[in-house]
Amino acid sequence: MNLAPLLVEILQIAALIGLAPAFVGWVRMLKCWSQGRTSAGLLQPYRDLAKLIVKDVVLAENASWIFRFTPYLLFGSAVLAGLIVPVLSIDLPLAPAADIIVIVAIFAIARFFLALAGMDIGTAFGGMGSSREMMIASLAEPAMLMAIFTVSLTSKSTSLSQIVQVILDGQAMLRPSIAFAFIAFVMIALAETGRIPVDNPATHLELTMIHEAMILEYSGRHLALVEWAAMMKLFLFVMIGIAAFAPWGIAAKGDLLAIPAALLIMLGKLALVGVAIVWIETGLAKMRLFRLTEFLGAAFLLATLGMISFFILD
Amino acid sequence: MSTTPLDLALFSLALFLILAGVASFARCGQRFLITGAFSLATLASLLMVAAGVWAVGGNCTDRLVLAIGLPDLPFHLRLDPLAGFFLTVIGLLAVFVSIYSIDYVKGYLGRRSITSLVVFYCLFLAGMFMVVLADDALFFLVAWEVMAAASYFLVMFEHEQMENRRAAFLYLVVAHVGAIAILLSFGVLAGFAAGFGSFEGYTFDAMRQARLPVEWATVAFLLAFFGFAAKAGVVPLHVWLPEAHPVAPSNVSALMSGVMLKTAIYGIVRVGFDLIKVFPWWWGAIVLTLGLISAVMGVLYALMQHDLKRLLAYHSVENIGIILIGIGLAMIFTSFELPVLAALALIAGLYHTMNHAMFKGLLFMGAGAVLHATNERNMEEMGGLIHRMPWTAALFLVGCVSISALPPFNGFVSEWLTFQAFLLSPSLPSPLMKLLIPMGAALLALTGALAAACFVKAFGVTFLGHWRGVHRPQAHEVGWFMRVGMILAALTCLGLGVLPTLFIEWMDILAEQLVGARLATSAGALGWMWLTPVSHEQASYSGFTVFVGILVVVLVAYLFLHVKPGAIHRAPIWDCGFERLTARMQYNATSFSMPIRRIFGYLFLVREQVSLTPQPGHKAFPKRLRYRLRIRDRIWGWIYKPLVELSFWVSRQVGRLQQGRIQVYLIYSFVTIVILLVFMR
Repeated sequence: MNLAPLLVEILQIAALIGLAPAFVGWVRMLKCWSQGRTSAGLLQPYRDLAKLIVKDVVLAENASWIFRFTPYLLFGSAVLAGLIVPVLSIDLPLAPAADIIVIVAIFAIARFFLALAGMDIGTAFGGMGSSREMMIASLAEPAMLMAIFTVSLTSKSTSLSQIVQVILDGQAMLRPSIAFAFIAFVMIALAETGRIPVDNPATHLELTMIHEAMILEYSGRHLALVEWAAMMKLFLFVMIGIAAFAPWGIAAKGDLLAIPAALLIMLGKLALVGVAIVWIETGLAKMRLFRLTEFLGAAFLLATLGMISFFILD
Repeated sequence: MSTTPLDLALFSLALFLILAGVASFARCGQRFLITGAFSLATLASLLMVAAGVWAVGGNCTDRLVLAIGLPDLPFHLRLDPLAGFFLTVIGLLAVFVSIYSIDYVKGYLGRRSITSLVVFYCLFLAGMFMVVLADDALFFLVAWEVMAAASYFLVMFEHEQMENRRAAFLYLVVAHVGAIAILLSFGVLAGFAAGFGSFEGYTFDAMRQARLPVEWATVAFLLAFFGFAAKAGVVPLHVWLPEAHPVAPSNVSALMSGVMLKTAIYGIVRVGFDLIKVFPWWWGAIVLTLGLISAVMGVLYALMQHDLKRLLAYHSVENIGIILIGIGLAMIFTSFELPVLAALALIAGLYHTMNHAMFKGLLFMGAGAVLHATNERNMEEMGGLIHRMPWTAALFLVGCVSISALPPFNGFVSEWLTFQAFLLSPSLPSPLMKLLIPMGAALLALTGALAAACFVKAFGVTFLGHWRGVHRPQAHEVGWFMRVGMILAALTCLGLGVLPTLFIEWMDILAEQLVGARLATSAGALGWMWLTPVSHEQASYSGFTVFVGILVVVLVAYLFLHVKPGAIHRAPIWDCGFERLTARMQYNATSFSMPIRRIFGYLFLVREQVSLTPQPGHKAFPKRLRYRLRIRDRIWGWIYKPLVELSFWVSRQVGRLQQGRIQVYLIYSFVTIVILLVFMR
């Protein structure tokens, strides 16, 4: 039995679980630098998670099993998606388990349970977060599907490993459809991961929260898992974007020696993406909730334009 | 002579009819009648499932001619794989609902007589099975009427309330308008089969041989589609669904929503793919468009509801739309002679048929359990039921996750297959189709996400939080028969989601017979765990891996964190330090769907009214706040109200003939006789 793919999977999971907090730390550091503040350091998210894991859990009296199960499900679905998205190499034995539509659906089931957990305790803030989150999700889904469709037209596949393979083989030329799909994907990724201009991850005002409002009642190790899952979701969306649009550097099938190089290239790309995220976050303000219809509608329109341009120029 | 699947099916049918007859005259106690009748109904449904599974798995086609019926027009029966598939779908849900009914109907004991419920339940199931087995137009329509009439009496079961009577009447009217259209369609097909002068063409075999010119084939198909769409609840013929399904007893609602709508799908597939085999592409485009409209409008209507059963009824409209999307795509691909793609789309549509029966049945059974326990249908008065009804909550959650098309449950498999069928549309030769069909895919994605939002709302408001109503009932968990019925449906949902390749291999013969290509050659290419509909480079999905993967990671994370776990303290709700939280401060159904209502509300007639009564002397402090929200369906005003007014106007004009004086009536008779004598020699 060939152990190389198994080794790749283990390395990839270690990279995902280990590096996701560092990526969030990097983004926060850059944000502080750009705002002239002193940052807490690259490793601060690790310290936060370690602190939360050790602390006791305080549960509301009427919390049900859904509230207690959701953090584990969020973590589990993020790790499962990490087993499938090509981060270091496309030689993943679990890659046939899910194509990109399934990965989006795995995030959807995580969001479903998070919204239920928000409604579980019976506070007004939790319900508000759940309601807003489901609205944003319902607007982002058509745009996401159109972007996926446009990307899959070039590579004739929705399997991420296959998309990476086609681009690495040099069979995909740069087309306007890919550019449109890329811009649409960036807008959708901002919506799905809850960054400015959709949701402010650092806000303390409950009435402006969307993701944080659903997790207000969590504490201790549950909160650690939820936060970690959110960091992994951001990491994975960046990885999906890199795999679909700029995968050069990902190791090919059976090429174990290229993995350290792939890791270094991945770190470089993450650093650049961090700069881009901070540039967007400091440049834009958070949008009003009902302006998001226009924002996500624009993403849908761009993806559709990409698809039309593929058929016209083909 | 060996037994054939048709023998099993006939035995089961006879059992249902005998049961209906015996129950109407039985002199035993009502409690014994319930247990006995529904147990026998479960048994008969199991036999029907066995017959269906055998017919599809063994690729059997059996026929029978019964001498009942009109003198020269006996009843023809035929059990082929398509009929077998629908027998399995109907029978499987009938098994679960019959087990559930044993406890559920006991809730009516003492309040009213349940004999009519038992009798018409058996007749309803028998009618549905007969529709699927019918092989000629006469038997089909007789069975259709039996099904419609039996369900009318079931909807009217609690007939003291005026809304129930009105809902049942509306249901009956729309069902019969549809039946007229189906009758005319069969008339056209039979006429071209054997000439308009004879009755020979009424068998489906004769219709299969008929050569119809394209215009008349279009007329026949459009009439049949209109008739079946009226029964299936396709927008704009959906208005009866949200009225009739909530007022029926919940086990009947489960059957009506789960399987009665599927007989209409059976009709469309039978007429389109079996009786009229060759058709132009725009028939498929009509089916696809109406499917998309139904899907989006159905889920948007559902989001506006706060009555649990009405919400579920509107979701049936949405899911019928999704099934029609699959069938429409299959028709488009067939008309462009792409059989493998058509097979994928058809399997996606038929898979969704089975899925919808399972999860909609589960959801209605759950709603019935909640109704049974709390006597409440309005979600805005409920909450916190997960603590009092843990089994019902967990099983309803399975239904919610399945209908929201989330892995690893079954709803996701059929939606994924439909998406894959959409993604294959670049193979179509027509550029217009290539551009427009992906928009359909985006609308389907919108539908799926809105359905998830709706079910977060439905589950969250009903089961989570605190009780929102004023009077707190003594809600308790439901009995074991109800739980077993729901558990079996939930396990089927999980099974269909985790092992899709086995199910597709079983039903693949349908694709071969209807569109001419099989799917399983590629679907199971990597083994039973991986579903690869076209090729494994294109796309693949393994529900089993997703399910097991998530479980394994959850387990590992749990074990890691419980090596030296911190303690769990129960404390009052934190709520960011805001005190004096009341149950009224929670989000309820109307507030949860407010963002979506704001965005999509222009599709409905929404009228919101807020009036504030201040305290006397202090204008800034409210004494009473009244919020009124009214949401109406625009289609009532556009289509139904004008039609109703027109029919009243025509009746008034015709009523002018009734002068009330005998001299006038004698003149009418005289004129008629003269006309008959002079002109019709």
